[in-house]
Amino acid sequence: MTQLALVIDLNVCVGCHACVTSCKEWNTSGPAGFMTDENPYGKDPTGTFFNRVQTYEIGEFPKTETVHFPKSCLHCEDAPCVPVCPTGASYKREQDGIVLVDYDKCIGCRYCTWACPYGAREIDEEQKIMKKCTLCVDRIYDESLPEAERKPACVLACPTSARLFGDVHDPDSEVSIQIREEGGYQLMPEWGTNPSNHYLPRRKIRMHIHEDELQRADNPLNKEQRGPSAPVDAPTLDDSTSW
Amino acid sequence: MHPAFSVIFLTTLIGVGQGLFLALFTGQSYSAVKLVATQDSTAFYGIGGFIALMFLVGGLIASFFHLGRPERAWRSAAMWRTSWLSREVIVLPTLMGLIFVYSIMHFFEWDTVLYTSKEGVTLQLSLIVGTLGAIATFALFICTAMIYAAIKFLQEWSSPLTVINYLLLGTASGFTLATSFANANAPELLSLYGNWAIIITAVAFLSRSASLHRNANIKAISTIQSAIGIRHPKIQQKSMGMQGGSMNTRDFFHHKSAAFVKIIKWGFMILVFPTPILLLWIGINSESTSILLGAFIIQYVGLLAERWFFFAQANHPQNLYYQTT
Repeated sequence: MTQLALVIDLNVCVGCHACVTSCKEWNTSGPAGFMTDENPYGKDPTGTFFNRVQTYEIGEFPKTETVHFPKSCLHCEDAPCVPVCPTGASYKREQDGIVLVDYDKCIGCRYCTWACPYGAREIDEEQKIMKKCTLCVDRIYDESLPEAERKPACVLACPTSARLFGDVHDPDSEVSIQIREEGGYQLMPEWGTNPSNHYLPRRKIRMHIHEDELQRADNPLNKEQRGPSAPVDAPTLDDSTSW
Repeated sequence: MHPAFSVIFLTTLIGVGQGLFLALFTGQSYSAVKLVATQDSTAFYGIGGFIALMFLVGGLIASFFHLGRPERAWRSAAMWRTSWLSREVIVLPTLMGLIFVYSIMHFFEWDTVLYTSKEGVTLQLSLIVGTLGAIATFALFICTAMIYAAIKFLQEWSSPLTVINYLLLGTASGFTLATSFANANAPELLSLYGNWAIIITAVAFLSRSASLHRNANIKAISTIQSAIGIRHPKIQQKSMGMQGGSMNTRDFFHHKSAAFVKIIKWGFMILVFPTPILLLWIGINSESTSILLGAFIIQYVGLLAERWFFFAQANHPQNLYYQTT
């Protein structure tokens, strides 16, 4: 069974919000209708987004590190938002595991937002229906697009390739290899939701230089005797020769 | 969580309606086995049933204000296999229908005796409708409470105490109302209802106190470390990813001061439990309908505060991602 998901590499995310704006741009122009903004140019702008980048400071000054943390729907394998929906508007697709909302069935009761521990769902305050990340389901299967572009808008927009997209059930997919080899993890594993999206942790790239690498260990002069070196203040050949 | 007034009114109003219906059914059951005097069918059970129905209708109307798209509300009966909300949507109109039939049967005295025992104990058709109604009443209490108790990561709600509290608090307010109604229409039932109202309110005090004690000592399972998956004791959020707030900052916080929450907590602990018990005791002894009605009104106002606090106290794990508000 296929389970499409995102893998987000916190090691390379620079917090530029390109995934946020490209997500909004693609999904607000899509066939499912616009994503409402209130006061977009006013004092307290607010609106519906599927994806946001948050910033955390880890540690205490001066030993701190800034982590940018993009968060959208994690498309849980055991999604708690689906069974609570009274109308069946919230559902998980059999064929690819994407959790979607049928906008025509949603009554806007907000029970699914209560049931999502990640706060991944947002109600559209104007259309009064629940919205969430669709993994750009209207894009990834679009055969009119070149194959390389059949990916979620956020993945294509990321300038540092911090976002990977693929089938996490296929052990040989790029995302599975990254999860396996780079220590990919899930958010809030304690609730058994089994999120499909994974995060790759910060990895420190360090050079390990040992002393014997600074000193040439197999220098033959170590075995032979080193020649006597001249005193530092002794005249050099330049001093004594006119050439 | 943000306490939505539509849900506060829904849960408290249907609680009163359910409790009042249980009180009427209890009265009829007692009189069927001749433990208490038989009451006038029209004036007591008929009118009383309609009053209970009005509370349920009021709750149903309040619930529509919670929906973004109320015109599609009929769809919400679809997923009863998995969703407690869907189950509530089915059980609430079922109960309303049963109470309607029960009230009509009494109001127009369309009741028939199905069986009479040798001792003269009669089984009336309305008692069978009432039994079905009582089953539906308990089912509705369970459905309503399980909507909250079924969300396991809302630790303040995820407890059998939530179900017990909804059951006891709704029944207590219904019996308090029944006491004042009985004083006006069926004085023989005054002490039956009054004593039960005091007992249920006292038991509800114990169970609500137990849940307050439980919630005061809850240790959050999710932490900021598990939320973002970074192992460091000191993590501080610097940006939530938006400037002017979002649904995540509006719908999951009560946006009130700790002092306000504390006032509400002590306010409902006084208004729901000791005050109505005292007024019930005075009212039963003085046989004053206005004092008994006062007991009900004070208890209901207290229950509004109780429900506000119930929502405000629940701390959703998504708040870990929105800490700079």
